[in-house]
Amino acid sequence: MSLSRREFLQMLAIATAGGANLGSLSIAQASNNIYNVPTFGNVSLLHYTDCHAQLKPIYFREPNINLGIGAMLGRPPHLVGNNLINHFNIAKESPLSYAFTYLDFVEAAKRYGKVGGFAHLSTLVKQLRAQRPGALLLDGGDTWQGSATSLWTNAQDMVDAQKLLGVDVMTGHWEFTFGADRVQEIIEKDFKDKIDFVAQNVVDKEWGEAIFKPYVIKEINNTPVAIVGQAFPYTPVANPKFKIPDWSFGIREEHMQEVVNKARSDGAKVVIVLSHNGMDVDIKMASRVTGIDAILGGHTHDAVPAPLEIKNKSGKTLVINSGSNGKFLSVLDLDVKNGKIRDYRFKLLPIFSDLIKPDAEMADYIEKVRAPFKEKLEAKLAITDDLLYRRGNFNGTFDQLILDAMMQVKDAEIAFSPGFRWGVSVLPGEAITFEQVMTQTAITYPTSTLNEIKGDRIKDILEDIADNLFNLDPYYQQGGDMVRVGGLQYSINPTAKMGKRITDMQLNGKALSANKKYRVAGWASVERQPEGGKPIWDVVTEYLKQHKHVKISELNVPRIKGVLRNPGFEFN
Amino acid sequence: MTSTSIKRRTFLKGSLASSVLGVAIGAGVLTPRMVLAAWPKSAFDAKNVNDTLNALYSTTNTSKSSDIKIKAPDIAENGAVVPITVTTGIKDVESISVLVEKNPQPLTALFTMGSNTEGFVSTRVKMGKTSKLIVNIKAGGKVHTASKEVKVTIGGCGG
Repeated sequence: MSLSRREFLQMLAIATAGGANLGSLSIAQASNNIYNVPTFGNVSLLHYTDCHAQLKPIYFREPNINLGIGAMLGRPPHLVGNNLINHFNIAKESPLSYAFTYLDFVEAAKRYGKVGGFAHLSTLVKQLRAQRPGALLLDGGDTWQGSATSLWTNAQDMVDAQKLLGVDVMTGHWEFTFGADRVQEIIEKDFKDKIDFVAQNVVDKEWGEAIFKPYVIKEINNTPVAIVGQAFPYTPVANPKFKIPDWSFGIREEHMQEVVNKARSDGAKVVIVLSHNGMDVDIKMASRVTGIDAILGGHTHDAVPAPLEIKNKSGKTLVINSGSNGKFLSVLDLDVKNGKIRDYRFKLLPIFSDLIKPDAEMADYIEKVRAPFKEKLEAKLAITDDLLYRRGNFNGTFDQLILDAMMQVKDAEIAFSPGFRWGVSVLPGEAITFEQVMTQTAITYPTSTLNEIKGDRIKDILEDIADNLFNLDPYYQQGGDMVRVGGLQYSINPTAKMGKRITDMQLNGKALSANKKYRVAGWASVERQPEGGKPIWDVVTEYLKQHKHVKISELNVPRIKGVLRNPGFEFN
Repeated sequence: MTSTSIKRRTFLKGSLASSVLGVAIGAGVLTPRMVLAAWPKSAFDAKNVNDTLNALYSTTNTSKSSDIKIKAPDIAENGAVVPITVTTGIKDVESISVLVEKNPQPLTALFTMGSNTEGFVSTRVKMGKTSKLIVNIKAGGKVHTASKEVKVTIGGCGG
């Protein structure tokens, strides 16, 4: 059943009334439209992040497993499903529940439709800007990567879309996987006098000199506002360093403090960090670095309906994470007087594509960009009987499909697929298009691999990745999910120490032997691969064409220990 | 001790500021052999932290200091060359040692400081795996210490 626009608005009115704590909407206003956000104060910032090049509306299922360990236990963003809607007073079965959780996903997706899309985003940005003169539009990065067209146009489709959308400032992560030269070329040519690319934590390896502007100061209604950039600190670890051989990253907390101080002494009355740290890292940073008013963050793809107020030595910092895949737009309104923020209002607005009239200019642009590739993009490869999705700490169904494809096509006993947090969802009964496969796989180092790896080394790999996800200190986390595993079964205790988390490794009911070699398929290796290897999307396409129907009979999720009553865990 | 492993690790002695010496070695002006006269072989050969401390200071008694700052990445971008910087406000520093706890031979660098030298050294260390980085500073007959965990990971799979 799909709703008419009128019915949808009525549902929203009821839902928002139930979720009175969610923001500043009164019942009367809610019955009007969630997108009529009352104006407030004199400094406004709009923020989207991690859209992963999704120009068109999509489905995106939020996780049912997003564990918080140690101090992160039960704290946003580590709340899923019912725990999340209860915490933020969101009504069950409402449109907001659909936007923020996995609950009744298929049913809700059919009722409330697709989310995101740049033409829809553009309409909303224009409307909010008209009400908020001087508002800045900030892009948190992971914009250039994630679609077939962005890969085939070498990010040009997204760069031009950003310009058309009116982005003012951005920072980056996956942008760097297009290589240092391409990043510099875009900044020097396309972005010149239009978009500022900022990052305080990227330096020349040899001399330690800044590669990008650490921050920019923009006047909003006569208030100087500094936007400090924080690129993804572990780009050369999590992605191939040969793409950016001369650059060094890192969190660089001390330098962040110096930069914030410098921005203040340059006259900034408001300091905003545009961050690609991931939310747990942002929370820790906010507790240690002083003088930041708000961190508008991304990377971990957490759609958190309200800001966290994090205390530090000199005051407090708002920490915000604005979701992913074009699903959300954050609106932060600040009331600034005499150099002090007196109060604020915040909304994380879901982009319900059925509710917003697409902007004609952007819609035309998107069609034009897609035209040369249309046939290839829309090729139907197979029908899925099950919901396909990726996001979550462990295997999603789309990962399972990729793993099954790798094991069959590469004739492997075990398969590994990276714990990326991007990639759209496909509803049961829908045809899987090549474009959808590309939303899961479109990277600049896509070669599929087959290696013989010894059992003890396989354990080391799993332990290493688990520690990147579950280390008690967020500064040691990299912000991806656990590697997806096919064939191999194991148990994991996220609360255990590094080296002790992974146990009971089995293959076909037999314990994995430390000294035996196994045939392991993978893709997205961060090491340079020989030319001519088969890209992962060809492996998946070959499998889909052969099978025609996809049914995920078993999701190979590990046995998870030590997380009883963790509000970041719900059974689907 | 082979000449390669000596080159990989650092032993610097002199009345010059250590960073100047570092540059001289890097530029090939001064070869490591030239400063090897007093190479503390037993300390560089030691296989664990306690043996290293005993060889260097004849004691394993060290006192934790908040006046030693170690600047190093939380996660190494390349375990083979991890840049570190040590600064301290401790007065009359005689020497600074840098140990990588989990390396087969933990002692990675030893800087013997001349009088009136600023408490600052910067070097690159090699780390086989995730480990604690331990810095010891000898001053006023005491050994002050501080440490920082540096993670060396296999890589891949981020966000």
